[in-house]
Amino acid sequence: MAKIKSSFKNMLIVLTSITCLSGAILGGVSDVTKDAISASKLSKQMDAIKLVAPEYDNNPIKDQWKVTLEDGTEAIIFPATKNGEMVGAAVQAMTKNGFGGPISIMAGFDKDGTIKEYTVLSHSETPGLGSKMPEWFHNKGNILGKNPSKDNLTVSKDGGDVDAITAATISSRAFLNAIANAYNAFSNSNDANSGATHQNTDKKEEGK
Amino acid sequence: MNKLKIVLNGLIKENPTFVLLLGMCPTLGTTSSALNGMSMGLATAFVLICSNVVISLIKNIIPDKVRIPSFIVVIATFVTVVQMFMEAYLPALFESLGLFIPLIVVNCIVLGRAEAFAAKNNPFDSMLDGVGMGLGFTLGLTILGSVREFLGTGKIFSLTIYPEHYGALIFVLAPGAFIALGYLIAIVNKLQNK
Repeated sequence: MAKIKSSFKNMLIVLTSITCLSGAILGGVSDVTKDAISASKLSKQMDAIKLVAPEYDNNPIKDQWKVTLEDGTEAIIFPATKNGEMVGAAVQAMTKNGFGGPISIMAGFDKDGTIKEYTVLSHSETPGLGSKMPEWFHNKGNILGKNPSKDNLTVSKDGGDVDAITAATISSRAFLNAIANAYNAFSNSNDANSGATHQNTDKKEEGK
Repeated sequence: MNKLKIVLNGLIKENPTFVLLLGMCPTLGTTSSALNGMSMGLATAFVLICSNVVISLIKNIIPDKVRIPSFIVVIATFVTVVQMFMEAYLPALFESLGLFIPLIVVNCIVLGRAEAFAAKNNPFDSMLDGVGMGLGFTLGLTILGSVREFLGTGKIFSLTIYPEHYGALIFVLAPGAFIALGYLIAIVNKLQNK
């Protein structure tokens, strides 16, 4: 087959049909993968909640609400209730102070605000330094079992009780800032709920 | 042309990473571990094979003057397909490669092979060229990733070989990528000149 001439009409037809065709293919693929993408995102969130929250029997994802904090970041609170009693919550919070960009964490709190467990959802800290966050604050700079209202959860350089990651003070500060954000979101909404009946629908309204 | 020769050409003689020095951005950016490097190589190989075949099939109906835009659209389509499937079924990998997947579109290996090979040869040879070049790129990235991971953290494919404590962190960071790549290219040149 001979090559088609580069006339205006030919170019227009060929380019248009190629782009239309690839648009159609992408639409089809997007349709196929859409459900799987949202399912994998949801299951990641669910796994994180299961890991950090106290034992619960409700559906925290259904009962979630959002809080906007003073520094403009948003936190999502996933309440954990057992037999209708509030036992704590998993809080997804973030900070913009990271060394390489925003850090997003999920922290679990007991009813009284004690940190039960945490997990890092996403970060872009330096590999080998700031990227040690997911393990570091379990071991050397342990924050589990501490309560942000009683313990001074800042790095020791700033007069706090937490050992910063070696050579990654900025990342450590940012991480603790995210934890503080999570705690603030949790305690604020807890205050708003004090005395209220622990009806999930009520909480949703008040949380907003 | 001998079929096997086409494949081996991409794999060894004109290896995109060590000999042609094409696609340096993902080469340096994604090889912080052997697994990341290999995954990036395989994703690129998939795009390269698919786009080579399609471009070779439609080369005669594309007017010369809109050749490059047409090729780019074909390549971008396959890249987006890879991206969506990876996000759906390999979310962890998608997160670690992140930005570099959409950047396959502007990877000069893919467009370079479309222009230099697929636009002049039949679909089957183009596919073989895609396989050779793709595997060559994967090989290059896996070797570089292994070297960096080994020197930086004492692991290869996450298997500990010596304690992480003794690793030279610089090899996981950007400067280590340049240093490791430089030495690998030197070694490959030395071997080929024998």
